[in-house]
Amino acid sequence: MSAILDVRAVSRRYSLPRRSLLRSGPVLTAVDRVSFTLERGRTLGIVGESGSGKSTLARMIMAFEAPDEGEVRFDGRTLHTLPAGELRLLRRSFQMVFQDPWGSLDPRRTVAWSIAEPLRATGADQVGRRVDEALDQVGLRAEDGRKYPHEFSGGQRQRIAIARAIVTRPALLVADEAVSALDVSVQAQILNLLMDLQEELGLAMVFISHDLPVVACLADHVLVMRAGRPVEAGATAGLIAAPRDDYTKSLLAAGGLMP
Amino acid sequence: MNRHLTPNLILGAILVALVVGVAGLSLIWTPHDHALMNIRERFGAPSDVHWLGTDQLGRDIVSQLMVAARNSMTVALIAVLMGGSIGVALGLLASALGGWFEDLIMRVADIGFAFPALLFAIMLSAVFGPSLWVAVLAIAFINIPVFARVTRGAANVIWTRDYVAAARAAGQGRFAISRDHILPNVAAPVIVQATIEFAIAILAEAALSYLGLGAQPPSPSWGRMLSEAQTLMFMAPQLAIYPGLCIMAAVLGFSLLGDALRDLTDPRLTRSRQA
Amino acid sequence: MIALSDVSVGFDGARALRDVTLSVARGERLGIVGESGSGKSMLGLAMMGMVPDAARIAGEIVLDGTAMSGAPERVWRRARARKVAMIFQEPMAALNPLQRLGETVMEPLLVHQGLGRSAARARTLELFDEVGIPDPEARLRQYPHEISGGQRQRVLIALSLTCDPALLIADEPTTALDAHVALRIIELLVRLADKRRMALVFISHDLAAVARATERIAVMYGGEIVEGGPTPAVLAAPRHPYTRGLLGARPGIGGQTPGRDADGRRKRLPTIPGSVPPLSLLPAGCRFAGRCAVELSHCAAVRPEPYRLPDGRFAACHLLGAGT
Ligand SMILES: Nc1ncnc2c1ncn2[C@@H]1O[C@H](COP(=O)(O)OP(=O)(O)OP(=O)(O)O)[C@@H](O)[C@H]1O
Ligand SMILES: Nc1ncnc2c1ncn2[C@@H]1O[C@H](COP(=O)(O)OP(=O)(O)O)[C@@H](O)[C@H]1O
Ligand code: SF4
Ligand SMILES: [Mg+2]
Ligand SMILES: [Mg+2]
Repeated sequence: MSAILDVRAVSRRYSLPRRSLLRSGPVLTAVDRVSFTLERGRTLGIVGESGSGKSTLARMIMAFEAPDEGEVRFDGRTLHTLPAGELRLLRRSFQMVFQDPWGSLDPRRTVAWSIAEPLRATGADQVGRRVDEALDQVGLRAEDGRKYPHEFSGGQRQRIAIARAIVTRPALLVADEAVSALDVSVQAQILNLLMDLQEELGLAMVFISHDLPVVACLADHVLVMRAGRPVEAGATAGLIAAPRDDYTKSLLAAGGLMP
Repeated sequence: MNRHLTPNLILGAILVALVVGVAGLSLIWTPHDHALMNIRERFGAPSDVHWLGTDQLGRDIVSQLMVAARNSMTVALIAVLMGGSIGVALGLLASALGGWFEDLIMRVADIGFAFPALLFAIMLSAVFGPSLWVAVLAIAFINIPVFARVTRGAANVIWTRDYVAAARAAGQGRFAISRDHILPNVAAPVIVQATIEFAIAILAEAALSYLGLGAQPPSPSWGRMLSEAQTLMFMAPQLAIYPGLCIMAAVLGFSLLGDALRDLTDPRLTRSRQA
Repeated sequence: MIALSDVSVGFDGARALRDVTLSVARGERLGIVGESGSGKSMLGLAMMGMVPDAARIAGEIVLDGTAMSGAPERVWRRARARKVAMIFQEPMAALNPLQRLGETVMEPLLVHQGLGRSAARARTLELFDEVGIPDPEARLRQYPHEISGGQRQRVLIALSLTCDPALLIADEPTTALDAHVALRIIELLVRLADKRRMALVFISHDLAAVARATERIAVMYGGEIVEGGPTPAVLAAPRHPYTRGLLGARPGIGGQTPGRDADGRRKRLPTIPGSVPPLSLLPAGCRFAGRCAVELSHCAAVRPEPYRLPDGRFAACHLLGAGT
């Protein structure tokens, strides 16, 4: 089986604001030589505490930023060396769902407008029909398309964001803390929805969260990050049953019920 | 529904409608020819013929105020539209491109910001001679950096929103994002700024005309009426009070309307929440 | 320390709290769980005498032996300066970004406790030390944005301790933090409650956090406490269908193992159908009716009384009354 996503030793450094006039600011390595591959239709979970570089990695996978070292290959093509026009067209094949259901939809646009955006940007046809279909796939009604984001609850907004992400029938979905802001019961509904869609559409997923038990319920493989470095990786069942790294153990303990 | 009809909106709308209506009406009708002098009827008291009396040259005050309203509105409107659209475009561009381009635009805006309109008006008058157009250009010019700053500040915030990242993920380019997401979402602060600037423009036009750099005789303007009335302050204070009140009404009206508009343009406030 | 009986908070047409009865003793730790909109924050505010002006409040609140029902704002303000303190979910929003951390914490010491500057400073250092802020001297001069989220929450806890409270209400204190940091904050709160014999009300939608932080638990839905009792007992064997639903929906603790079933399909999580209806649309009987999987025909109309169970547990559900 061919890998849809191949991340090869990517690093990303940021120079922090300078403290004094004469010296340049310190350099922070947000992501430090991370590699993994993801097969079509499979899910990779990425866990780590705040600041461990998860979102930075997501931004590189989404080609919002180019890595300082290494490369991100999507379907065999290195993203950050693609010409801009080609990259824009390729974007319909990899989409993203964001953490904050309140911030990821333009408050001044109707839901249908937002969902149609990736279609318009890549010049697709039958926009209206495909928007209705996407709404249906995430469990909303076609009429909901005419409403504005503030008319929906957090869970419904996340459904809308997912509809926007799948409307182009992508091969890869990157979800950065997509359920972290939701209540437990809504969280379970959205996780189930992601599983449904994955089976229906054959999506590959990169699922990012600081919550290991949540990641475990839909990832085939898990990558644990700390301070930009991968500290442990492996098949989910094995990693949960016998974590080797202390940090992984503490993440696992934090999600459990018993002290 | 009544929720939208705030006192601000009502009062603002009435004042603005009044001023704009009167200005519009003056195009087709004034009680008298505003420039017609009648030395025998100088400083006439209010009467059936001259509702607010006449001035030092016996001209009808109501007619003059009406034509002046038109001049003020035209100057303010053109100036704010001109300065505003250039400023908003620059602000959006600076925010979309970032980097040294943004720095450059904002530094230039800083310089423009510090540059007094009066000085610019004097320079323009020196070249082209004083006219209403000099006032328009000078006021438009000072508006550019104001709008550029407001727009760029608001736009930079919008650029960090996840829905903009989502639009990038969708394959939208910078200019499409500026048009589809940034502009509509900075509209509220820009509209508020525009009404404030409109009010300021009315004042600025009055000031420039007062100094003889704006409307030229016989074309009346509230500022010029004020300046002419100044020497007669003790003999006929009403000649200064009428244009003063007009300026106040216009400025207040646009400020109130601006506030109300800001609330109305926000869909979160206009549409009722449904479950 | 604090006892509420039949406290209700109403907005026109809707009730955000309905007949809430609970009590917390000194040194005791009570957890409040429920989905967003279940009334947790409103309950916290009621205990602080801080319900919004638009709300009508009914019922008895007894704080440290004093009946506070209908007490004027002045009395509540004095209580807040001396006995009760609250910390909130978003530590950044609760700190003045332009004020140094030292100034922020010293302010109430100077104003309410009447300490002098050097005494206030010394006390602040002690408090920073107590809440586990490393290098307290240096922190005094820092601004909120210069420290991490976990450290900010510690500063807020230090701030809440300035009045030496007998009751600390923590509204979602760990929700904005990641699991690792959240654990440390919970440990701190537990330690403080024990050491200071302080009553702790820990509000959270995170069952794992409440399990660690508290001895007793109250599960809220639709403005009511639907189930209560000792935390380990309730979480080990929940009796109310809502509590069961909440526990089941949480990955990793509902007993289900993740992975794929025999045909290679990923196992779905058990969910509570639908979502919390707006206050005005809640049924008059059992608030959970309409989403409950085991609902009886009269549930939506008839309100279930809290049904007492052994070990000081109770749950408000008709199924229990029927002897199930
Ligand atoms: N544009 C930037 N400029 C400077 N530093 C940055 C930038 N973006 C991220 N960083 C830093 O890089 C590190 C990794 O950040 P990142 O957002 O990837 O973390 P994360 O794992 O997603 O954390 P969280 O769980 O809080 O979202 C952090 O220390 C962060 O402060
Ligand atoms: N000022 C208010 N006016 C009307 N309803 C309110 C107000 N504040 C809160 N509510 C309602 O009270 C209910 C409980 O809210 P809250 O206590 O904040 O819930 P939680 O903290 O459990 O998420 C919600 O349905 C909320 O919409
Ligand atoms: S009272 Fe009825 S509806 Fe309510 S929880 Fe019990 S069974 Fe369900
Ligand atoms: Mg992140
Ligand atoms: Mg709350």
